[in-house]
Amino acid sequence: MAHAHDSSSERPEILDKVRPAELPRPKLILNDRGFHWITDKVCGIVEEETPLWWKVMFGVALFVASFTGLGLLYLVSTGTGVWGLRSPIGWGWAIVNFVFWVGIGHAGTLISAILCLLRQKWRTSINRAAEAMTIFAVMCAGIFPLFHVGRVWFGWWLLPLPNQNGIWPQFRSPLEWDVFAVSTYFTVSTLFWYMGMVPDLGTIRDRAKTWWRKAFYSVLALGWRGGNRQWSNFEMAYLLLAGLSTPLVLSVHTIVSFDFAVSNVPGWHTTIFPPYFVAGAIFSGFAMVLTLMLPLRAIYRLHDVINQYHIDNMCKIILATGTMVGYAYATEFFIAAYSGNSYEKFAFVNRAFGQYSWAYWIMVSCNVITPQLFWFKKVRENHALVWIICIFVNVGMWFERFVITVTSLANDYLPSSWGYYSPTIVDIFTFFGTFGFFSVLFLLFIRFLPLLPMAEVKMVTPQADPHAH
Amino acid sequence: MNERNEQIHGVACTFRKPADVFHAAEKVRDAGWSRWDVHTPFPIHGMDQAMGLPRSNVPRLTLLGGVTGFITGCLLTWYLNSYDYPLVVGGKPFWSIIFPFPVIYECTILFAAFGTFFGQFILNRLPRHHHPLFDLPQFARTSDDTFMIVLEAGDPKFHLDESRNFLLSLGGQEITVIRE
Repeated sequence: MAHAHDSSSERPEILDKVRPAELPRPKLILNDRGFHWITDKVCGIVEEETPLWWKVMFGVALFVASFTGLGLLYLVSTGTGVWGLRSPIGWGWAIVNFVFWVGIGHAGTLISAILCLLRQKWRTSINRAAEAMTIFAVMCAGIFPLFHVGRVWFGWWLLPLPNQNGIWPQFRSPLEWDVFAVSTYFTVSTLFWYMGMVPDLGTIRDRAKTWWRKAFYSVLALGWRGGNRQWSNFEMAYLLLAGLSTPLVLSVHTIVSFDFAVSNVPGWHTTIFPPYFVAGAIFSGFAMVLTLMLPLRAIYRLHDVINQYHIDNMCKIILATGTMVGYAYATEFFIAAYSGNSYEKFAFVNRAFGQYSWAYWIMVSCNVITPQLFWFKKVRENHALVWIICIFVNVGMWFERFVITVTSLANDYLPSSWGYYSPTIVDIFTFFGTFGFFSVLFLLFIRFLPLLPMAEVKMVTPQADPHAH
Repeated sequence: MNERNEQIHGVACTFRKPADVFHAAEKVRDAGWSRWDVHTPFPIHGMDQAMGLPRSNVPRLTLLGGVTGFITGCLLTWYLNSYDYPLVVGGKPFWSIIFPFPVIYECTILFAAFGTFFGQFILNRLPRHHHPLFDLPQFARTSDDTFMIVLEAGDPKFHLDESRNFLLSLGGQEITVIRE
């Protein structure tokens, strides 16, 4: 990430004549915090005695996570009939939850990869936590399709491994594409996250006082020494992984949308799905980042590192992607009307005014209307309100997937085989529990790993520039 | 090289500011050193040029991984769906680049990421849990807020006293000898 520092030395004459307005660059780190302050702040979170709130939260999270455990245990021991799936609705909450959680993950990769390529320096403050969120969200997502296959002990048949039946996965199926997309996404996100963390783990190792802490972080840091010969390779690898993750993240939700779009069900068979799904994924993911980061910022007093500028930027991305999603909803209606296909027309009128209209209007009000509040600076500065709006967005995006999945299946071509889907208590328990599972992982991350990328935050401070005077 | 130097890993010298270590590194580079390094808590912009380092070789390994992944994806889908167990689906060809393209695409990215990730650690000679530098008390601060230039004894220009004086002339603060 080299600077074009030569440009500052030769100032074009024209600038003296026109005297352009000098806009002050927003500060990324407030109060001129130094390198040591950043180290102390981030390592302090890991080094302090486990706070009471963490223990309480961890207990609660474990309890909530047990709901998923029990739900799955009941499912496996009884059969997929315990979910609310029956003809004609073969894809219910499991697929809704899968798309919901995968979508949340996408903001983490957007922050770590796409914003890195776009040289958005503000990303450094939220990068690490958002990537952790990605990985844990994909783990939650993976549970659903894996158990949806019915006999989960045959889940490995999804992979191209030899089995006694002598048959192989069929690569014409979008579901098989999804297996490759999601597993690649999980693997690459984990590698990227870990590689970026190695120098920071080295910092914690160097500060460790007790032998077990030293041993634990030494193993994780792999003997990182921070020599510039290492940084040179590290930075190149980081940039390349960002470059690889960018097409990857776009492909993952594209392929998730192919699960629907490649079928010929009215309301699913549309070319708008890939960009519309990707925009929705980033939208919901940023809402989740803010949902997680606002409380953490308050608890750990990270106000200098995650300041109003960061929150403003995230709110604006939510506003932009929320508007894109709203535009996609409108386009779907237009295309359905323009197609002249009566099934397609019916599918959309039915979404808005049919038996699931309640879900449709929850979706529209949460996803299209609430984010519009972010146009106002006063709203973006009111963090309690920002947090509440983000919760609305999370709810709205879950309903979007519900509307897409269920309405199209419930009322397709033949009115004689229409149905109405409702989840069972097992569906609800299993989904509810994944929030606990996610929280367990996220709390462990906060406690044992560096929450902020120290090296990257130091790099964007003004005093890190070797040409600063 | 005398016998005493063989037990010495090198000479280290600390700096407080990125600008100081940056200009010192330029002087070490101009003096023609080859076995030396600058240890910093974060990558300093332009330090590669200041040290005269060539471009990193990681991209070659990324490309190697990507090409391997692409070929693996093609072979995998071809062998499974067209050679070992061909299945007529809608009268379409048994294999084409089109239908399994998402799979090939993901394989390409996966292997390219492996090439990058493992390539970076291989080129950096990591993991390596013992290193003479770890015994140096000052070294721990280089992952916090201190910058350090290390001149290694393996360099032909290395001579304990001269190198120490050289580092002093660069404006370093604390000069230490690193023993093996």
